[in-house]
Amino acid sequence: MGLGLAMFSNFDFSVILNSWRYLFFDGMAFTLTLTALAAIGGVVLGTLIAMMRLSGLPVLPQVAKAYVNFMRSLPLVLVIFWFYFLVPYIGQWIIGSERPIQVGAFSSSLITFTLFEAAYFSEIMRAGIQSIPKGQSAAASALGLTYWQSMGSIILPQAFRNMLPVLLTQTIVLFQDTSLVYVLSITDFLGAASKIAQRDGRLVEMYVFAAIVYFAICFIASLLVRRLQRRVAIIR
Amino acid sequence: MNYNWNWGIFFEASPEGNGTYADMLLSGLMWTIVTALCAWVIAFAVGSVIGVLRTLPGRGAQMVGNAYVELFRNIPLLVQMFLWYFVLPEVLPESWGTWLKQLPNAPFYTAVVCLGFFTASRVAEQVRAGIQALPRGQRMAGTALGLTTAQTYRYVLLPNAYRIILPPLTSEFLNNLKNTSVALTIGLLELTARARAMQEFSFQVFEAFTAATVIYIIINLIVVTVAGVIERRVAVPGR
Repeated sequence: MGLGLAMFSNFDFSVILNSWRYLFFDGMAFTLTLTALAAIGGVVLGTLIAMMRLSGLPVLPQVAKAYVNFMRSLPLVLVIFWFYFLVPYIGQWIIGSERPIQVGAFSSSLITFTLFEAAYFSEIMRAGIQSIPKGQSAAASALGLTYWQSMGSIILPQAFRNMLPVLLTQTIVLFQDTSLVYVLSITDFLGAASKIAQRDGRLVEMYVFAAIVYFAICFIASLLVRRLQRRVAIIR
Repeated sequence: MNYNWNWGIFFEASPEGNGTYADMLLSGLMWTIVTALCAWVIAFAVGSVIGVLRTLPGRGAQMVGNAYVELFRNIPLLVQMFLWYFVLPEVLPESWGTWLKQLPNAPFYTAVVCLGFFTASRVAEQVRAGIQALPRGQRMAGTALGLTTAQTYRYVLLPNAYRIILPPLTSEFLNNLKNTSVALTIGLLELTARARAMQEFSFQVFEAFTAATVIYIIINLIVVTVAGVIERRVAVPGR
């Protein structure tokens, strides 16, 4: 009880009431936009990487495998720094301009998370594609469908459906990981909370509040994913 | 690309005055490894207990285990780092808080405890999965032989479960190792932090990050190789 009192005797709720618009409309909006776009980009790119890896063509599978293993052996924080400094130079090289181009914090982190998460999404999609019996792609080519037709209308739709819960769980992980853009002083949800915390000297309130918000969102999202998992399971 | 490459930078003295940039990165590597190993000790011990709780017949034990896993999995690691580092000393009784704040190497101890408890929730998931993957008959056979529940876990279930989950535990260990880099936010001078500092001092961005990247890849390869050896050593013969 003494601990509880010590904890809340100085707890100043007004700092949250005064800053919630900034926290949610600036911070959380950034976090959610980044999560959504990086998840879409990551799934598309990840699916292409998985297709490369399973293609049976020369070189491509090795390239895909090397990319996935490379990304998965690096800490996300290091990758965030890498792209933050590398993207301006790549942009310069593509456009052919004189100096490294200025890339905003948002584009830089979107590129980072898309490329990084693609490695993880590709492993999920690889399992998804492999979960479809081989007979189906054989049947598709027997019917005269091309590779892209059979992938697009037969294999991938089923692979997505089978893997949807896992893809969404990975997206929750991605949502949590976006908090690491803090290292670039970006105003995502945690960045916003941290700025208020330092401005007003209210670290306890802001970090506890941030933890509660993250927990509530991730907990509810994972409950929903579990319900979905039961609903979409194909009865065989 | 108008970038001035200078690979000799690693052998130049760092402005910290106690060696070259290469020494700086190596001391970062040392902190990364020590933090990862210490955190793993906590993660493995706590994770095993929580994992076992979730497989016990009692509902209370299961609820405690589930609550632990949900709590630690649904808050980003970085936020947990801040809770341990900035919030905990403030909410403890004042004398304890002051002691914590004055602790030498506070970022290191905080990182170890935070990563340990965070990774424990993941280890717990694996331990539970490993125990549940065993045939029901093993637990029953243990009971039939007159073993207590504790003895059944100690001599029958856990030795088998750990062997099954060795591959996912290896990947959790690697995650744990990579996650030490999150502790740079609370001032732990681990490998990524040192590469970042080298970039700030010398402006040789790409050399610094390339070196860190290569080091991380080498550690990964070493861990995977060692895990492979352990896996073969402890494999149950005939399975």
